Amino acid sequence: MAVYKQTYKGYEGRRTASWSRFLVLTRYSYARLFQSKFLVLFMAVCLFFPVGCAIFVYLSHNSPVLDVLRLRSGAMPEVDGQFFYVYCMVQGTMAFLLTTLVGPSLIAPDLANGAMSLYLSRPFSRTQYVVGKMTVLLALLSLITWVPAALLYLIQVGCVGWSWAQSHAWLAGSILVGLWVWIVILSLIALALSAWVKWKIAAGALILGVFFGGAGFGAAINAILRTRYGSLIDLTQVIHTIWADLFRHSLVVTDLSVEEAWSTLGVSCALCLWLLAKRVRAFEVVK
Amino acid sequence: MQAIIELAGLKVRFGKQEILKDLTIGLSGRTIGLLGPNGAGKSTLIQTLLGFCPVAAGTATVLGYDIRRQTREVRALVGYMPENDSFIANMSAVSFIRMMGELSGLPADAALERAHEVLFYVGLGEARYRTLGTYSLGMKQMAKLAQALIHGPRLLILDEPTNGLDPSARRRMLRLIRDIRDAGQIHILLCSHLLRDVEETCEEVLILKEGQIVYYSDLVQEHKNNQRFVEIETSGPDRGLAEALVDLGCTCTAQGAGRLKMVVPDHFELRDIFRVAADLDLPLRRLNYRRDTLEDIFLKAMEA
Repeated sequence: MAVYKQTYKGYEGRRTASWSRFLVLTRYSYARLFQSKFLVLFMAVCLFFPVGCAIFVYLSHNSPVLDVLRLRSGAMPEVDGQFFYVYCMVQGTMAFLLTTLVGPSLIAPDLANGAMSLYLSRPFSRTQYVVGKMTVLLALLSLITWVPAALLYLIQVGCVGWSWAQSHAWLAGSILVGLWVWIVILSLIALALSAWVKWKIAAGALILGVFFGGAGFGAAINAILRTRYGSLIDLTQVIHTIWADLFRHSLVVTDLSVEEAWSTLGVSCALCLWLLAKRVRAFEVVK
Repeated sequence: MQAIIELAGLKVRFGKQEILKDLTIGLSGRTIGLLGPNGAGKSTLIQTLLGFCPVAAGTATVLGYDIRRQTREVRALVGYMPENDSFIANMSAVSFIRMMGELSGLPADAALERAHEVLFYVGLGEARYRTLGTYSLGMKQMAKLAQALIHGPRLLILDEPTNGLDPSARRRMLRLIRDIRDAGQIHILLCSHLLRDVEETCEEVLILKEGQIVYYSDLVQEHKNNQRFVEIETSGPDRGLAEALVDLGCTCTAQGAGRLKMVVPDHFELRDIFRVAADLDLPLRRLNYRRDTLEDIFLKAMEA
């Protein structure tokens, strides 16, 4: 339809594949998010530690450089489960901070502006909507968590050789599972809270509250009731238990067993999905 | 003619409350008006057709597709303009409309081209790069219409499109609806409280009350066969005027306090009314000759 004609004309052209449409939401969300210079800067800051780790891994296997720096190769810590456990702690915290920055603005504005009926009146399902929004977080968090970790692993393999890769194959699996579990739970909590409160500032505060408030409240329950089950609501302790198990780090002692930690994560995921299913709707029935 | 919307014993419940009660009808007009008082179930019917509300019993088809089993196909063919504010405040109109087009399956470049076109079409061409949050109410309504048109739907569902518009914006909206109707490519389902809007744009009208169909009318046919009416008001009680007019072959309804409404049969001379009144020595205070309007139809349906 030419602009000057100003008459209505239908569309008979090609249509995209239905399965790929969730990526439209992801693309537009990125376009909006990266208008913020602060976010770009924060993403860059999040990569400082992995870059430092990469330098460390390279140096620890490079005797001439160590000699120049007057360091002994035996004095350098080993790249093992403990090394990646520390990596997960640092990058896991950065991932959490990035989630509090990005997560609240994903669903809350759509609900506050009543845009949900526009999305869902199209050949576009609620599942696709949630997957589209979740992909925004998963991809961002991947960039600062398991992707650099996998690169570190590969650098280590490159420096030491395939024998190390064979004896430490479990470590690759632990890196992927440990960090994916963390970014999935972070994304689900951020989306669920963003959908629940509709107001992004409140959603951001709630995400912080779930982790810090949960830790404080859990410790209080443990102290008052003289139990250890208060730690079940402390998600940081839950994930540390899982990481310690995955990275075979025997020095980390938590109040929870591994089974309890996995069960807590499962329940948390189920709760978030239930909340999303309740809130991501085209309309609300007011009782 | 294939029915655009076909309802067969459609029931919708929210909890224990039945919102739509056994609706059965086939609608095939190019523009269908959906009328009813608040809480009649108009918006619920629209949301059910879009697959938002679960169907408790019965079936419904839109353009031949079952709303329960073929929801995706139905949504691909429908453009929906909701009643309430629905947009993303910090997006420009053109990127918002483009995104909606892409979600409907248009490739990115085609969606961008169509977004510009529909925004010009609805009269927002000059304001298309402004963020939606800065739009006036009338402009937001137009933007909502644009997003409903971007993917070239075959059925356009408009929920209160003239809500909150000033007279000139309302006229512009109605002109657009008529223009879309006359282009002949889209069927329109228009839900409105404003009878005048429906009368100006629709060919068929469906009136709902308490979740039930109380009236259905083909307005085009109705206008063709429109019966003439005379409203009579007498000084004091009508003293048998209604009976005398019925004897002359008219259909008469007493509306109380000396007021009558009568359907004038063909070949009836209006002077006969004066003659009968003179015979009864009954002074007439007012005699108003007119045709039935949608408002009359609506009020009659509400009284039923």
